[in-house]
Amino acid sequence: MNSAKERLVNGIVKENPTFVLMLGMCPTLAVTTSAINGLGMGLTTMVVLALSNVFISLLRNIIPDKVRIPAFIVIIASFVTMVELLLQGFIPFLYDALGIYIPLIVVNCIILGRAEAYAYKNPVIPSLFDGIGMGLGFSVALTCIGAVRELLGAGEIFGIHVMPESFVPVSIFIMAPGAFFVLALLTAIQNKVKIAGERKGKDMSKIQSGCNSDCMNCGDTGCARRLIDERKEKAGEGEKKND
Amino acid sequence: MIKELLVILIASSLVNNVVLSQFLGLCPFLGVSKKTETATGMGVAVIFVITLASAVAGAIYQFILQPFDIAYLQTIVFILVIAALVQFVEMFLKKFIPGLYQSLGVYLPLITTNCAVLGVALTNVQKNYGIVTGIVNGFATAVGFTISIVILAGIREKLKYNDIPESFQGMPIVLVTAGLMAIAFCGFSGLL
Repeated sequence: MNSAKERLVNGIVKENPTFVLMLGMCPTLAVTTSAINGLGMGLTTMVVLALSNVFISLLRNIIPDKVRIPAFIVIIASFVTMVELLLQGFIPFLYDALGIYIPLIVVNCIILGRAEAYAYKNPVIPSLFDGIGMGLGFSVALTCIGAVRELLGAGEIFGIHVMPESFVPVSIFIMAPGAFFVLALLTAIQNKVKIAGERKGKDMSKIQSGCNSDCMNCGDTGCARRLIDERKEKAGEGEKKND
Repeated sequence: MIKELLVILIASSLVNNVVLSQFLGLCPFLGVSKKTETATGMGVAVIFVITLASAVAGAIYQFILQPFDIAYLQTIVFILVIAALVQFVEMFLKKFIPGLYQSLGVYLPLITTNCAVLGVALTNVQKNYGIVTGIVNGFATAVGFTISIVILAGIREKLKYNDIPESFQGMPIVLVTAGLMAIAFCGFSGLL
């Protein structure tokens, strides 16, 4: 039971996929126009993440190492399709609001990243809780960003008017540019925390600001720069062997 | 017909820019935009793959998924087709057009994980585009991606010489830049 709790805390706080690891930025920016959309996206991702983690963990001794990534993608895509059909049937308003971003959960790097980094190497129960923890962390982050954007952009939170009458909504915050600005501030705060922590001599290597830190320790296995680096490294090795 | 295609061309490349208004393909947009040269390479590879992928995905949807009434499998089929296609294109270029492979090769595998490719294939289906319209939409989307990543790379090259507050160095200032670009691209919405 301890490991389950540890996994949950790890996902929500220590390795929060959005605030600490900076993974899955596309849906983070696209659907956080309101708190309820953010929460919906977060929970949908959580369901897919938990199910795919369990399944990949169950099959971890059967899937050959060489074709593991395609196998992961097929498993994830199947669960995404199921969740999409369920949403369409039972929560149509969320299905309409999230639109194309539901099928795009397939390419969310959090899910593939957790499959590769955790579920493929660990037993079923911890993998389930890892998925739930990471999913909750993602939901919390998306809800927070959504709430801030909704508050500034429309003066509401969860559709309830909270700002005084005199407040003029800064509608740019619920438009596309606002997403970039909110994320910019977020990464700036993260940088600040990291720099302050490093000055005190703490190990802050876990905190990643997008693609700025060390590629090889990055959790994002699908990250563009990391793949380029790895390729160059491989190519370099090849050249050396040819010599 | 031609007028309709022109509208799609402008709408998908400028008005509904894939990165700046739909947030698809952010990873390469932020990760590979340090130099104009690499950004251009990435852009060309994306144009190539997205155009090809929308053609193949459109054909598969129209001739296989729809007749057999299994359209709900589109997500799984598209992602597999795109992954296989990218792999195939890479092998083909390596074997037959090594010059092009030299310049595009590094970027090709990255594109499999680029959500813009899957995004375009799904949008084409969602909007009921035919194969030709789908190809034009894919091409236009990719051109929009290339325009924005090359502009961002150009700005980032100049950003290096500026005095930026410590906590805004690196990713935050790039995101602010992207936000300002998004505002600029909002101006295109009056175009249609």
